[in-house]
Amino acid sequence: MQLTVNGKIHNIDVEPTMPLLWAIREVVGLTGTKYGCGVAQCGACTVYLNGEPVRSCSLPVSAVGTAKITTIEALSKNNTHPVQQAWIALDVPQCGYCQSGQVMAAAALLKKIPKPTDADIDSAMSNLCRCGTYQKIRDGIHVASGQKKLAEVLAQYDASPSTRG
Amino acid sequence: MTLNTVDTPLVNSSRRDFIIKGTLVGGGLMLGVGVLPEAFAQAGATYDPNTPTRYGDAEVNAWVSIKPDDTVFIRVARSEMGQGTRTGLAQLVTEELECNWRKVKTQSATPGQSLARKRVWGEHGTGGSRGIRISEDYVRRGAAAARIMLVQAAANQWNVPVGELKVDKGVITHLPTGRKTTYGKVAELASTLTPPDPKSIVLKDPRSWKVAGQPYARLDTADKVNGSKVYGIDLQLPGMLCASVKSCPVFGGKLVSYDEAKISNLRGVKGIVKIDDSTVAVVADTWWHANTALNALPIIWDEGKGANTSQDGINKTLRDGLDEQGDFWQRKVGDAPEAIMSSTKKVEAIYFTPYRAHVTMEPMNATVKISGDRAEAWVPTQNGEGSHAALSEATGLPLANCEVYKLDSGCGLGRRGSTQDFTTYAAKVAQKFPGVPVKVIWSREEDMTQDFYHPIAMAKMTAGLDAAGNVTGMHIKVSGPSINARAAPHNIKNGKDERQLQGFYEKGPDAQLGYTFPSLLTEYVMKNTHVPVGPWRGVNTNQNGIFMECFMDECAKAAGKDPVQFRRALMQNHPKHLGVLNAVAKKAEWDKPLPAGTYRGVAQFMGYASYSACVAEVTVQNNVVKVNRLVFALDAGHIVNPYLAREQIEGSVAMALGAIFLPEITVEKGRIKQQNLDTYPLLKLSSTPRIETVLVPTYDFWGGVGEPTICVVGPAVANAISAAIGRPVRNFPLSKENLSLA
Repeated sequence: MQLTVNGKIHNIDVEPTMPLLWAIREVVGLTGTKYGCGVAQCGACTVYLNGEPVRSCSLPVSAVGTAKITTIEALSKNNTHPVQQAWIALDVPQCGYCQSGQVMAAAALLKKIPKPTDADIDSAMSNLCRCGTYQKIRDGIHVASGQKKLAEVLAQYDASPSTRG
Repeated sequence: MTLNTVDTPLVNSSRRDFIIKGTLVGGGLMLGVGVLPEAFAQAGATYDPNTPTRYGDAEVNAWVSIKPDDTVFIRVARSEMGQGTRTGLAQLVTEELECNWRKVKTQSATPGQSLARKRVWGEHGTGGSRGIRISEDYVRRGAAAARIMLVQAAANQWNVPVGELKVDKGVITHLPTGRKTTYGKVAELASTLTPPDPKSIVLKDPRSWKVAGQPYARLDTADKVNGSKVYGIDLQLPGMLCASVKSCPVFGGKLVSYDEAKISNLRGVKGIVKIDDSTVAVVADTWWHANTALNALPIIWDEGKGANTSQDGINKTLRDGLDEQGDFWQRKVGDAPEAIMSSTKKVEAIYFTPYRAHVTMEPMNATVKISGDRAEAWVPTQNGEGSHAALSEATGLPLANCEVYKLDSGCGLGRRGSTQDFTTYAAKVAQKFPGVPVKVIWSREEDMTQDFYHPIAMAKMTAGLDAAGNVTGMHIKVSGPSINARAAPHNIKNGKDERQLQGFYEKGPDAQLGYTFPSLLTEYVMKNTHVPVGPWRGVNTNQNGIFMECFMDECAKAAGKDPVQFRRALMQNHPKHLGVLNAVAKKAEWDKPLPAGTYRGVAQFMGYASYSACVAEVTVQNNVVKVNRLVFALDAGHIVNPYLAREQIEGSVAMALGAIFLPEITVEKGRIKQQNLDTYPLLKLSSTPRIETVLVPTYDFWGGVGEPTICVVGPAVANAISAAIGRPVRNFPLSKENLSLA
């Protein structure tokens, strides 16, 4: 079986029922895509299939076919995607475990709707975060989409780009 | 791949580089971004306590080592699970050390190294919001001692009096001549000097802090946004096997037998291990193979007498406890029942709060390798020394032969601290595969059904009011299981467990009740069941905050008084509690009217040595609650990083709001009914209100930050709902009151 992951073709010998998540993590060896629930509820396993976000924990590898898979590792080189930059500037992640999925979901949202409203964010960002980074995720999308300035968001937290060390 | 040196382990750096490069080139390992440089180093590192130069860098003292290029490594013994303790402790050290923040990196002290050095890094436990407040004094003294030694080294080198030197951001200047040197250049000499007596050191006044107290960026964010951070579950070691575990679904039940033949031919399966009387593991080449085979393994359990337990039965046990008479009291001021009985008005309410599961985003896991008489574990843990002890106990090897490498956890929430079942299980499985690292991961289903749950609880609250609406007496009676009964039975005195009354204590510093009632009786009736309970972020302040603060609103209503005014009158002996209440009322503009249809609720409570208050604004339409805004005030004494403190408060909302609205954990035929996030959902972004925080540190104590605010969210929101719908809400989750969250 062949899987195209981040532009590379991998010949893999796996059971067709293996979820794409585990093929990516344990066979291809990319562990940025996380296991959180295995039942497509949490979104920690979000990857792109031909550019569309999917929950890889519930997608058998046999259903992938020739679709091109993109994982968090290939979202950008050196954290240059606007979502990654906003995430870093605002320290969105806490434990960080769900954030691969959050970043992928947010980047997919911005590709579809470059200037999302709060309602757009509410409906697109269904990924779960146990640390409760949701407010910062919303802020991060506002900044990444250019709808709010970083300084403006930081000011809400009594901080500014120059006081962040 | 970038080798992120944040949190590198304490090993010789040249050796580390060698191992990393050597393994990458020659080891044939997967080179995806998911490989942890630390893990390579740790896998190959051998620790020799008798070799003084083991770090390569000049170790000035246990807290600080400095490279010739001025990179400062700050050692952190506490665990990082997202709360920001790593960054906060590094800020405290940098403040006293006067080094350059841009050159700071952190390293995790390991329990084995700490033990070999007479526990030089103190305790590793990271729970109870203690990461900073318990270690701040000795890490600051350690940093100041290092600064004194570094400056002294420069003085010795130049042969000038130390008083003529000044240091700024790691650059030492001889004032009369303008000569300059750096920490990196004098570190080696400094490491040979006699350290000053820590007691002689005068620490900086926190009001003059320049690095600590600032909203600095975290040191560990960059690799959390591109998948390169390696959690325990991601660990890949040479020759590693993976295992999935299953324990008897009914707590206390036993494993009778399993049919190994049914799965032994399945792809990748390497073996089955009986871990203990009630737990079995399947080991395979990958975790998916292990878990798939485990799910196919026919297992016969003796479920034991717990199998007869139902949720209704547990609820009835707790309810009966409220009516039991006996020696249950913890605090007695005057004769509260008598005062209440003889009052003009009596207010009474019974509250219920359910079991809750932790659901750390990263399921429980641990990796153990046992080679000969040496055991190593890689564990996402809140208590490195606890993991160390569990590893030693499970393997029978002395502590000195065991080492634990802590990995940052994908959430901790109390699950990875005092309970070390994950470490024990991994050790037991690894014993059957000598020389092979075995990574044990719990499926989400196993993680959710084999938890140590937030204790279920009920309370009967009774108060008396006089004709003017003043409280005459307060009677608090709590019924439910005890965490200490399993975790720390020695803390239960004469059958009494004060910890279940957290927040009602007479005295601080942990969780003092913020009201002075003319008469008061607090009682706890212990009702243990077969369901294991444990600490869950906020622990017993969660339910006790709801009981106290929802009831205060019921009393205020009965007295015909404003909820804030009603509280203030009882808080005059509690200036810090009152301080946060006033601060939150001001920030939320409590005295200003709200738009039609929007209602407010307030709550204040104390936990983890900090004072918290919250005001919630809600709208309720057709029994659907929309929480629009939450305003917090927190007095934690000192705030080391206000930006990260605010993030902790935002985080506490997600757990607390979920806990009062979303489906609970229930017991059916002795086992947990909810197995995954489809039936036990977590709060979503779309339900999260705008959160505003005012930090009001009073600079004369050290309080926690991670947990204190969680206990005021529920009652503030519930009180706002009660104001909106005109009746009290007492049964949680609020689906029991026919309410849902938008």
